[in-house]
Amino acid sequence: MFMSDEKEGIYNYLRTDKKFPPIWCAGCGNGIVMGSMLRAIAAIGLDKDKVAVVSGIGCSGRTSTYVDFNTLHTTHGRALTFATGLKLARPELTVLVAMGDGDALAIGGNHFIHSARRNIDLTAIIFNNFIYGMTGGQISPTTPSGMIASTAPAGNIEPAFDIVKLSEAAGASFVARGSAFHIAQLNELMEKTIRKKGFSVLDVITQCPPIYGRYNRLGSPAEMLRWQEGRLLDRQEAEGLSEEAVKDKILTGVFVDAEKPEYCEEYDRLVARVQGKAGR
Amino acid sequence: MADDKAKVKLLMGNEACVEGALAAGVRFFGSYPITPANEIGEILSDRLPEIGGKFIQMEDEIASMGSIIGASIGGLKSMTATSGPGFSLMQENIGFAAIAEVPCVVVNVMRAGPSTGLPTRPSQGDVMQARWGTHGDHPIIVLSPHSVRETFDLTVTAVNFSEKYRLPVILLMDEVIGHMREKMTVPGPESIEIINRVKPTVPPQWYKPYEDNQTGVPPMAAFGEGYRYHITGLTHDQMGFPTSKLDEIKAGIERLFRKVTLALKDIQLYEYIMVDDAELVIVAYGCVARSARKVVHDLRKEGKKVGMMRLITLWPFPRRALEAIPQKVKKLVVPEMNMGQVYREVVRVNAGRARVVKVNRIDGELITPQEIAAAC
Repeated sequence: MFMSDEKEGIYNYLRTDKKFPPIWCAGCGNGIVMGSMLRAIAAIGLDKDKVAVVSGIGCSGRTSTYVDFNTLHTTHGRALTFATGLKLARPELTVLVAMGDGDALAIGGNHFIHSARRNIDLTAIIFNNFIYGMTGGQISPTTPSGMIASTAPAGNIEPAFDIVKLSEAAGASFVARGSAFHIAQLNELMEKTIRKKGFSVLDVITQCPPIYGRYNRLGSPAEMLRWQEGRLLDRQEAEGLSEEAVKDKILTGVFVDAEKPEYCEEYDRLVARVQGKAGR
Repeated sequence: MADDKAKVKLLMGNEACVEGALAAGVRFFGSYPITPANEIGEILSDRLPEIGGKFIQMEDEIASMGSIIGASIGGLKSMTATSGPGFSLMQENIGFAAIAEVPCVVVNVMRAGPSTGLPTRPSQGDVMQARWGTHGDHPIIVLSPHSVRETFDLTVTAVNFSEKYRLPVILLMDEVIGHMREKMTVPGPESIEIINRVKPTVPPQWYKPYEDNQTGVPPMAAFGEGYRYHITGLTHDQMGFPTSKLDEIKAGIERLFRKVTLALKDIQLYEYIMVDDAELVIVAYGCVARSARKVVHDLRKEGKKVGMMRLITLWPFPRRALEAIPQKVKKLVVPEMNMGQVYREVVRVNAGRARVVKVNRIDGELITPQEIAAAC
């Protein structure tokens, strides 16, 4: 009974009559992330007309096609710039920005850090699968060192970005990490990230079985999800554990939840100040 | 014309551009610092908050272009201003605005290139880039003012065209126009025609955001107004969703061109100066048209039958207006501050009828009337 209600909830937000099935490969984690995003929107009770989903280019970029909101599929890496203009023009909209790891942090890296610095009220959801999937498996800024990719056939010699540390340093007011495997936690994090005013980032570790998994012999989608189960650890659970026990873990949960001035509100204050002066 | 609210001011071109933008209803401006366009953003950062409009300095010109597209989708008339290097960075997103049919205006105060080139020196080197800078076949409108007052007028026109035809419109100024001060009368709002994009009137469930009609310009809903729809840079069907169906691809791209072709009479602006009896016609635009105008007057005093066609719209190139000229003149002179970008268009339209001569400077200095006269 609970499950069928749950399904109803998601289907209510999907363009199932128009653009399904999605282009995503069997076993891809993107649908899980998108589903979690929709559950969070349902839980918050947002009006569909007042939600905009802006996306970049790549597998994750297709998210905007499938969801029944005001949807904008932009250019590669630039989703945050379009979202910034849209949010300023329509501050009443809840603007979610779906990006891939390469999209958000390589070609879009500059926009990412500056959106965080401004602390503009956007929700950045990074579908982090460690690879450029749509273009065939090139290294991305989050591909771990040593992993195989189509442009690193002998192993990646570059270090990876830590999205949490990067976002925090750049000024984001909310930073969290979750995964496609830990779906209950992801739903919760998704809701918190969307609710937070200011630039909020959710790094979602997800699986790309046919490209990243194949290059690195990581097995079936289920096996890749089990890898997430084994390697990821809720930071609250990590507290009190020995250094040895958390050494190889990737921590999840909420890392930053700060109160900072939000850009659109600051802009409104500026307008009030300037207009007040003009009136005198 | 009696104009009570008209104000006489001493303005530079960049200031007139700001006045025109505000008069036309621009309420969002996103830009990145660059010489010689800076004044436009600086003044708007002061003026827009006063009227509740939005100004934002973005992290680069790619972001500026993205921000104005986003704001336009949110329903605000949007503009950015830049110069050569920034204009290069904007090109990909200009293409997005063209295929997604998002109204917006890009002001390019041209400086000499290529690359960093001569940041404080004038040039007209971006004429072809303004037409073909972004990849793929796309329509675009490019306007070029020759005075401070015309900068005001054409900024209004650029905003109007962008709204009317759902296109990115490029206002191609040269540095001389941007930084030159002239006395001008700022027209009152009652004498300015304002065009706003057509919005859908059908219920949301009937709305087809890219459906063809007689004008080829579909009504545009802003995000948040109850018409939930999809906008993409992918080739799309009439619902806005990506398509790979051959007939839908062809129909969509052809409509983009048709909406401009249908409106060529409205879009192609030019000025004939003493062309009727001319034996020689100078084809000029922007600041060079000022030198050319003097040549026409000087040579007329000497009894030579010289005229001028001043291009105001550079793209779509006013072919029909130019075509009529070489049938009765012996020579066309095309002075411009580049290696001959409009010259190539004139040669094409002339089709071997008159002799076509170019006069070019690429050293960051103006073309003088003497230099043009020497070619006449």
